Amino acid sequence: MDILRFATAGSVDDGKSTLIGRLLYDSKAIFEDQLEAVERTSRDRGTEYTDLSLLTDGLRAEREQGITIDVAYRYFATPRRKFIIADTPGHIQYTRNMVTGASTADLAIILIDARKGVLEQSRRHAFLTSLLRVPHLVLAVNKMDLVDYSQERFEEIREEFTAFASKLNVSDLTFIPISALNGDNVVSRSQNTPWYLGTSLLHHLENVHIASDRNLTDVRFPVQYVIRPQRANDHAFHDYRGYAGQVAGGVLKPGDEVVHLPSGLTTRIASIDTFDGPVEEAFPPMSVTLRFEDDIDISRGDMIARPNNQPHVAQELEAMVCWMADGIKLTPRSKLSIKHTTRTARALVRDLHYRLDVNTLHRDEEATSLGLNEIGRVSLRITQPLFVDDYARNRQTGGFILVDEATNGTVGAGMVLDAS
Amino acid sequence: MLQRDYTTSQLDVLEAEAIHIMREVAAEFERPCLLFSGGKDSIVMLRLAEKAFWPAAIPFPLMHVDTGHNFKEVIEFRDRRSVELGARLIVASVQDSIDQGRVVEETGRRASRNRLQTTTLLDAIEEHEFDAVFGGARRDEEKARAKERVFSFRDDFGQWDPKNQRPELWSLYNARIRKGEHIRVFPLSNWTELDVWDYIRREGIEIPSIYFAHTRKVFERDGMLLPDSEVVQRGDDEPLFEAVVRYRTVGDMTCTGAVQSPAATVEEIIEEIAATRITERGATRADDRSSEAAMEDRKREGYF
Repeated sequence: MDILRFATAGSVDDGKSTLIGRLLYDSKAIFEDQLEAVERTSRDRGTEYTDLSLLTDGLRAEREQGITIDVAYRYFATPRRKFIIADTPGHIQYTRNMVTGASTADLAIILIDARKGVLEQSRRHAFLTSLLRVPHLVLAVNKMDLVDYSQERFEEIREEFTAFASKLNVSDLTFIPISALNGDNVVSRSQNTPWYLGTSLLHHLENVHIASDRNLTDVRFPVQYVIRPQRANDHAFHDYRGYAGQVAGGVLKPGDEVVHLPSGLTTRIASIDTFDGPVEEAFPPMSVTLRFEDDIDISRGDMIARPNNQPHVAQELEAMVCWMADGIKLTPRSKLSIKHTTRTARALVRDLHYRLDVNTLHRDEEATSLGLNEIGRVSLRITQPLFVDDYARNRQTGGFILVDEATNGTVGAGMVLDAS
Repeated sequence: MLQRDYTTSQLDVLEAEAIHIMREVAAEFERPCLLFSGGKDSIVMLRLAEKAFWPAAIPFPLMHVDTGHNFKEVIEFRDRRSVELGARLIVASVQDSIDQGRVVEETGRRASRNRLQTTTLLDAIEEHEFDAVFGGARRDEEKARAKERVFSFRDDFGQWDPKNQRPELWSLYNARIRKGEHIRVFPLSNWTELDVWDYIRREGIEIPSIYFAHTRKVFERDGMLLPDSEVVQRGDDEPLFEAVVRYRTVGDMTCTGAVQSPAATVEEIIEEIAATRITERGATRADDRSSEAAMEDRKREGYF
């Protein structure tokens, strides 16, 4: 059994909560006491149906205002897979939350109301999904029961969305006609859509191939922590020096020749250690400890790669940045703390090239700042070299966060472009 | 674990993520500590810490907030495990907080020291100047927790502001704080109750005996089975009886209910949980039942 992380986008009106509620309920991830609590609250408020959004709206303010404020994580499992849902709100702070939820997602589900078709909001969600390079996208055309399960309507929506998606970086796009309320094509295929030859949504989630979404080509090992045992009576490990980290790309094996950055020195992997014994291979997302044949001065923030396949060593970066702070703006000359893999440095915004309208994809080159939930292309100068790849090639070595040095808040998320 | 297509099981992925989180904390903070109660989640957390730093020792102390109302089997386990690992164990005592007048003991039949723990915990964090505190909380436990970050910021009053949390992207955690503030770190955020049990089985991890079926004198209150103990006040209308029970969660005796169960092995527990239709907190924790937002309110104040 492996794990599929997926993000859901859409508003309550699109039936998103109903869909999540149904997936959780049908996979027995909702428990009786949770359902009872929701039924009780629905009754107290005079709602006639059981409001499944109450299951996901965990904070008092959310329940009081009937809105979702923050990304909520939900869990369910079938015999085939464990699922982690990043449930992102449709209305409030959509960009910031959707970017957060999408950053770790293998797949995104965008819900569309079959009666309303592709809305501005759907295009926005699709754009953010592609910006964050979520490898798989599902367009769930919901409320098919309200359009008499019309194949014609479904095809219309499919054509319109496909045309829009061709402008984006979407590699795997699947359309599924569903009714979350009635359960059509959610868990099993529906009799009501005999013209639909694809699989149910859950079947798709269980079977979509994600193993090759990881980058197994470019060896990248950001050094996270140096392990030097200092137990006085432990002679076996007296001279032990291991470099711990989580593999961000490629497959490492003992004996492989590797290069250390920033020094550029080469050595070979002597051993790949874990608590459970040495292993013959390490690949994403394993957390392991490497030992090398030669004594090289290596510390946190350094990178291990292959001599003939190295990341870019960059102090000047081009990136798309999503700004997430209320109050503070990103402007040229902004100075921020930047965290990229295990390395933290300072960044200066040299230039803001344009601000992107996430609804129309129009580039506003006159823009002088980025505010909350705005996305733009920037040039950064970094105080020390970072070892980066294009975000499109590797999300781990292409993504970074920006932190405000005064408030310590996480104010921006960045994706490296044109690393060269 | 290794297959030709480089797939990894869900436990391997969760383990790798938790180890990454623990190393990140050890690298970025001056004075972390790990909350160790002797409960299953903190036991799993301890195993992950062993793995993260092997062959070195765990580079931070363990801390237990002891209400004085804990099960003796669990306290014995806590002490023995700390010694085996060669770890330093700090015990912060709620009784001390009461004696010092920092908190006032609740009275009456439903008196519990559960809420008092928050003050003891925050005082201990301040006294030892901890800047990062590992907790075993999981997002599947409770809906306020479903929205909590892996690195959860606390101000210098130890408070959590759920509406003003730092966005958390990829596996990049923001560790910046000012003096007096701290971060609660939850390496098990993405684990479910079943994952924890599957991991205990896979790793062959020892857990306190009260998780397994045993015969115990109990009485019923609000549909929960509370233990016969000098620290639990029982009314005349609450008769004692003997039952074969086990605990799904381990907390204070005053607010932790047992479930009737014959499950005597980890395998049987896993079977039972896979079939159950009630959450572990709903079945066994009186502290979460007081209101819809009970957990959120306690967390805002600085609870675990």
